[in-house]
Amino acid sequence: MEDMSLTERAVTTDDIKITARNVQVHYGDTHAIKDVDVDILDKTVTAFIGPSGCGKSTFLRCLNRMNDTIDICRVEGDIKLDGEDIYDKRVDPVQLRAKVGMVFQKPNPFPKSIYDNVAYGPKIHGLTKNKAELDQVVEDSLRKAALWNEVKDRLHAPGTGLSGGQQQRLCIARAVATSPEVLLMDEPCSALDPIATAQVEELIDELRANFSVVIVTHSMQQAARVSQKTAFFHLGNLVEYDDTDKIFTNPSDSRTESYITGRIG
Amino acid sequence: MSDATQHGAGQPATRSLHHLDARTKRRNASEKRFKALGIGAIGIGLAFLVILLVTIVSNGATAFQQTFVEVPVYLGAAKLDKKGNRDPEDLKKATTFTYKPLIEQSLLDAVEKSGATTDLAKAKDMKNLISASAASQVRDAVLADPSIIGTTVDFKILASSRVDSYLKGRVHRDEIAKDKNITVAQLDLVDQLRDAGIIHKGFNWAFIFGADASDSRAEQAGIGISMLGSFYMMLVVLVLALPIGVAASIYLEEFAPKNRITDLIEVNISNLAAVPSIVFGILGLAVFIQFAHLPQSAPLVGGLVLTLMTLPTIIISTRAALKAVPPSIRDAALGVGASKMQSVFHHVLPLAMPGILTGTIIGLAQALGETAPLLLIGMVGYIATNSPDGFLDGFVSPNSAMPAQIYEWAKRADPAFYERAWGGIIILLIFLLGMNIIAIILRRKFERRW
Repeated sequence: MEDMSLTERAVTTDDIKITARNVQVHYGDTHAIKDVDVDILDKTVTAFIGPSGCGKSTFLRCLNRMNDTIDICRVEGDIKLDGEDIYDKRVDPVQLRAKVGMVFQKPNPFPKSIYDNVAYGPKIHGLTKNKAELDQVVEDSLRKAALWNEVKDRLHAPGTGLSGGQQQRLCIARAVATSPEVLLMDEPCSALDPIATAQVEELIDELRANFSVVIVTHSMQQAARVSQKTAFFHLGNLVEYDDTDKIFTNPSDSRTESYITGRIG
Repeated sequence: MSDATQHGAGQPATRSLHHLDARTKRRNASEKRFKALGIGAIGIGLAFLVILLVTIVSNGATAFQQTFVEVPVYLGAAKLDKKGNRDPEDLKKATTFTYKPLIEQSLLDAVEKSGATTDLAKAKDMKNLISASAASQVRDAVLADPSIIGTTVDFKILASSRVDSYLKGRVHRDEIAKDKNITVAQLDLVDQLRDAGIIHKGFNWAFIFGADASDSRAEQAGIGISMLGSFYMMLVVLVLALPIGVAASIYLEEFAPKNRITDLIEVNISNLAAVPSIVFGILGLAVFIQFAHLPQSAPLVGGLVLTLMTLPTIIISTRAALKAVPPSIRDAALGVGASKMQSVFHHVLPLAMPGILTGTIIGLAQALGETAPLLLIGMVGYIATNSPDGFLDGFVSPNSAMPAQIYEWAKRADPAFYERAWGGIIILLIFLLGMNIIAIILRRKFERRW
């Protein structure tokens, strides 16, 4: 645990962005998420940790209704974004996903140019009026994703030609381009090498200034490094949710302690 | 399994890596045997392909050559224009029967002039040397330009199919004893005329662009009009099967809920691909002709039937292509807030395009070579002699198709038809090869790597 820098872990805001109450998720007959209550804060990095199959990714995908694409998946309970129920009948998941962006485990840029990758979201949501504005959005997004300096000379080269770390940052730029309020990241570094991981982690910390970031990770070190709040999931239950400092130094639940010390997992 | 259980227990006899133990030797031997079997199978396949191609080319290549007779025909005004006024209406009254003796007499004159030694001294003896189409060829020339009446004009007319086949080595002297279409004396004359340059071979454009001809004029028959029929059918298939097939696959693959009904549809589509084509033919006969009263023998109906037949092929290959697109691309699109339809049309479909196009072209090629369903909707019996009047008329005017035409020729007796059947196969194969090459080029062009 020495490599964890646990400084500056104070939560800077108390604004609640997402409220989840009594969330249940069923995959067919499997009860994957049980009674999860969580408040996700604005301008904060929240990490979901837990052993494989504990439901942390499933819960993450509930937050922008990506689970809708799975036929057998059923979500119950209340999930509110800024006080609005996102599972309300009137909510179109397409609009929701523009507000709650997502970055996936494996970098998945479209097989198009770097520019088109980033410009796609703003284009389909009609966020820009003309080419110049779009260019600006693309540049801003790539800057936010700390990729601009590396790709500014080859915006029209295919996005799939970048290295793994660059591809993942391109995916972050793509998610950022629609000006979301929440950014969901599903193990964004698990397919990256340590250097690329460090770059993405640094980026996540910067993104906190503008977004509420929720990150699912397998790596406890990563959770400790990047997050201010940590939620520990186990067997579909939210075992403990608290400030990251507290989770890693003084967990109140014995299961959390066992997990972070490596006894279960 | 036997490898593992029989000798698995004990340690290998020798530990040296330079010495192969018995098991390794056996394993290597069986691998070698398998490789040899594979190479043998490929070899046999290639050998049959070569035999097939050699047979087709050797039998069919001669169809692209045709024997012509160059003869100066004296167009006597006394017979062709009795009134002497060159009035087109009056000229039309002179039928091909008027022209025939003129041509035969001219050929006899040419024979005498060339110094050939023959017992054939009557104009009628020349009849078997030239095509029955010669008279109409000369008559058409006169009607087109009446001013040539009274002069001698050089004509390049078709030799009869027997002469043509004799020069190509398909008709032999010892076989023609009972053939009333040609005699040995005439063949002797043909040899001399060929040496004199009056009879010679040329490239047979009429075979590629011309219409089929009756049994008595085999030398005139061409595949051009049935090629048009095939073209119209392919157009119908492409315009109907591609959008319907792709739309159906996209719906089934991306939008449809997975339940009993879609499972049933899926099984049915897979089974439809295996239904014998003649079944589609009888369906077409019942639905399109007897129920919907569409014209018989029309490429439109042929195209509709072939569309039914091609649809399963296109749907299956399109669904496979859609399935091959990584799900991460769909997630990526949905993740930035694209709707289902946007994610399909902006990202999935372009990536699936090479597979869809390949499947479509393979389906079209299959449809192009299909004969059985055409039998039932009357596209085999009918012989179109004229090209359709205008583009739209081509869909409804009775026509044949290339494979049907080949089948038709293969049934007939004259050796000239026999070689035309093989020649037609060559043209059909060239089309199929062309389509496959297009499929490969499109696949290369649209292929994207990620």
